[in-house]
Order: sequence, then C-alpha cells, then structure tokens
Amino acid sequence: MRNSRWLALVSPLGFLLLWELAGRGGLLDARFVPPPSTILRTLAVMTQSGELPYHVAVSVRRIVLGFFLGAAPAVALGLAMGLSRPVRALLMPLVAAIYPIPKIAVYPLIIFYLGLGEASKVSIVALSIFFLVLLNTMAGVIGLDRAYFHIARAYGAGPVGVFTTVAFPGALPAIFTGLKLGMGFALIVIVGFLIWRSYQIFAVDAMFAGLLVTALLGWLATAGLDWLEQRALPWRP
Amino acid sequence: MTPVSALPQVQVRMAVAGLTKVYPGPRAPLTALQDVTFAVREGEFCALIGPSGCGKTTLLHILAGLTAPTGGTVTLPPRRPGHLPAAVVFQGTSTFPWFTVLQNVEYGLRLMGVPPRERRERALQHIRQVGLLPFADAFPSQLSEGMRQRVSIARALATDPDVLLMDEPFANLDEQNRLLLQDELLRIWQEQRKTVLFVTHSLDEALRLADRVLVMSASPGHIKAEVAVPFDRPRDYRAIRQDPRYGPLSASLWELLRGEVLRGRQP
Repeated sequence: MRNSRWLALVSPLGFLLLWELAGRGGLLDARFVPPPSTILRTLAVMTQSGELPYHVAVSVRRIVLGFFLGAAPAVALGLAMGLSRPVRALLMPLVAAIYPIPKIAVYPLIIFYLGLGEASKVSIVALSIFFLVLLNTMAGVIGLDRAYFHIARAYGAGPVGVFTTVAFPGALPAIFTGLKLGMGFALIVIVGFLIWRSYQIFAVDAMFAGLLVTALLGWLATAGLDWLEQRALPWRP
Repeated sequence: MTPVSALPQVQVRMAVAGLTKVYPGPRAPLTALQDVTFAVREGEFCALIGPSGCGKTTLLHILAGLTAPTGGTVTLPPRRPGHLPAAVVFQGTSTFPWFTVLQNVEYGLRLMGVPPRERRERALQHIRQVGLLPFADAFPSQLSEGMRQRVSIARALATDPDVLLMDEPFANLDEQNRLLLQDELLRIWQEQRKTVLFVTHSLDEALRLADRVLVMSASPGHIKAEVAVPFDRPRDYRAIRQDPRYGPLSASLWELLRGEVLRGRQP
C-alpha cells in the first residue's frame, strides 16, 4: 500500500523529466512548448507580481459561490422531482431540453444580461453544475429501494420526514457524483479565462502556467470533495 | 379507525372486519383481498399463512397504514403519545443503511417526537435485548443479515407498539440462522407478551411460533380457516418436533393449504 502511494508520483514526475530533457535536447521548440523549468520560472514571476494569486483567489471565489448557488437549488429540485411523479412529468421536458446546450454557448447571453462582472462568471459556474447535480439527485432518489419509503411511512413519517430521513441521505451518494462531475465543468469555464487571455497575447509560457494551476486546482478540489464525501457518507461499505 | 370501546371484547387487540382491497387492473379490476375478517387477542402470537400472491403483504400494508383498503375496517387501540398502535418488521431490506444501529432503532421514536434522552435510553434498552449493544454505533453494512433483522425487531419494539406486525422477517435467512432468530423472538415475546401478527409462508415457522394459525386462501385472499397450536410455552424446537401432535397438525395444515397453493398456481 505504501509503495503504491509512491508509484503515483512516478508517472507525473517522469513525464515532466522527459519533457524537460526533450526541450533541452532541442526536440521541442521552446517557443511553442516551453520546458517545465521555464514554466516554473513564469509561475514564480507571476506569483511574485501577485498576478497568479489574484487569479487563483478570484477563480476559487467564483467556483465556491457558483457551486453553492448551483448545487443548493439543484438538490432541492432534484429531490422533489425524484419523489413526485407529477413534478417530474412537469419539469423533465424543460430540463431535458436545456441540459444538453453547452453552457459556454450561453455565456454571451449571460454577459448580455448580467454584464462582464463577477455575476456573469458566478452564474456560468452555477448553471454548469446545476443540471448535473439536479439529474444525479433525481436519479439517486428514483433508484432508492421502495422498501425504505415503506419503512418511513409505516413508522409515521410525513412528507418532510420522508424527505429528510430517506430521500436526502439516500440520494447523497448520487449528489456527490453530480458535484464531482460539476467540478470539472466549473474549472473549464473559470480557469479557462486565464488561459484564453494568455493565448490572445501569445504568452505561451503563461498559458502553460495556467494549465498547470488548473490541474492543481482540479486535483485539490477533487481531493476536497473526496474528503467531504467520506465525512458525509461514513455508512458506505 | 374506531376507538377501543367499539371493540366487541376487551381482550381483542386488533380487529379486522370485512377488509377488501381492489386494485384497478389494466383491463379488469383485480381483487387482492375479499372480506378478510379476524381478530387478534391481547398477548396472542398469531401467524398468518397462505400461498404466494394471496395478498398477505397487501393485508399487512393495510394494517400498517401504508395502503388504504377499498372496504372494511381495522380497529386498533387509540394512539398513545410515544407509542405506535402497530409497528412493522419488514422482510428483506429493513434497515436504513445511512443510519447507525442506534439511529435505526431510534427512528420510530424520533418521528413521534420523543425527547432525545428518553429516545436514546429506550433504543439502547432494546438494542441490548436483541444482543447488539456492542454494535450500537455500527452501520448495517457492517452487520450480517441476521443482525440487521434483529435491529429491525428492536426498532419495532422500541416504539412499544400495541401490535407487532411481522412480514416474513426471516425469509432471507438461511435455515440455521432462522432457527436462532426464532428462538430469540420467542424469548423476547415470552418476556413482554406483545400481541403479534406474524406473516409467513412456512408451515414449520407458523407452528413453532404461534398460538393460532390463520390460513389464507389463494387470491382473492380471505381467511379460510384457523388452527389452534397446542404446544406448551416456553417452546423448545426439539420438544415440538418430537411431540406426537406435531405430525398430524402439520399434515392437516398442509391439507388446508395445498388446495389453495394449487389454485393460486392457475394463471
């Protein structure tokens, strides 16, 4: 077990080493594919200038806010749609129609309504994860064994009791699946801005620096969600 | 439901009269229960036996308040605060995997609004009774199927119900564990003398546990016969199986049931 933990470092470090060697050996053109050492230097410079910490802080804020604003109503609505056939019949056509639209395609429209400021960026994150969490939550409730609902009602649970003691805890694993999928989308729409801007000014090393930070943020976010999941679902075998 | 004063006799705990359940079928309405009438006396252990698909589970769901009958009445003692008129032990999936043993057993009390301290005490007392005290904080996934059924029994008993309804609670257990759990159920019943309605499809289980066996007909289900079980209490499995009355009793019960099982198999 200890060994496999160290093995996990071999492939990324080995990849970086090969990359560096290929750059120094002249196999890769440093203008298009700067070696890791150059990217690290750029990262250091961007960190010292405060540019990178600023971007990261702004991104994290957008992601956290957007996550909360998107996930909270999605869980509530997903539970309602999972529990009630009429609610599902009423809303499912709308959800099915909007869900497949690439959220980045809606972005110009959001800017048009909300301006270029933070509101539009938080909204795009919220929108990206809303449907993923909604659909996963709904599927989680529908997939629950009917026996749980029988037990709850036989012991006197009303609609609120069924909601809090069966539907929500029962759908929680599926909710986490939705959150994890949503995290990927949130990172695409947010940190993408930094990379896109660097591309526009042809700052290749800054683009790579952005990619690296994105990867790191993604890894941290996933680890955070995993940690939270283990806390929230101690009952899973 | 009518109040207790309407019961024909004081010692009757649960009275079921003229119960009928009709489901709207795809073509013609489907009658699951037809005029089911019986009573369970206070402190009586009553078994209900019948062929598969005869409406046993439908009947139990009506008694538990999960399904409304099309006609007829169920009369139970009036609701007392902190107690359930009828508590159910279900077959198969009967515990919530997201709650610990303690939380599962507290469940009924929590829904009734019993204060946390009392709830915990009552739950722990019943967890001890089924021998699971060391597992109070374990999750069901860490327990065996037999232990999970014991949790389910503890949850029902913790609500101190007027009637304990059991829907083939040991159906998913292997025979040896089933025998052990039957022993345990009899021991607990001997201590508390709860009124029990135990649904089963096993002749052996019915004769081993009950004072009286109600025999249901094939669908549409109604009570076809009732058989008194004469064995002494507390009961011992070995003694019952060696009792000269066991063979004839088992044979006559099967005679009653056989025709119904055959009839139930016709499409």
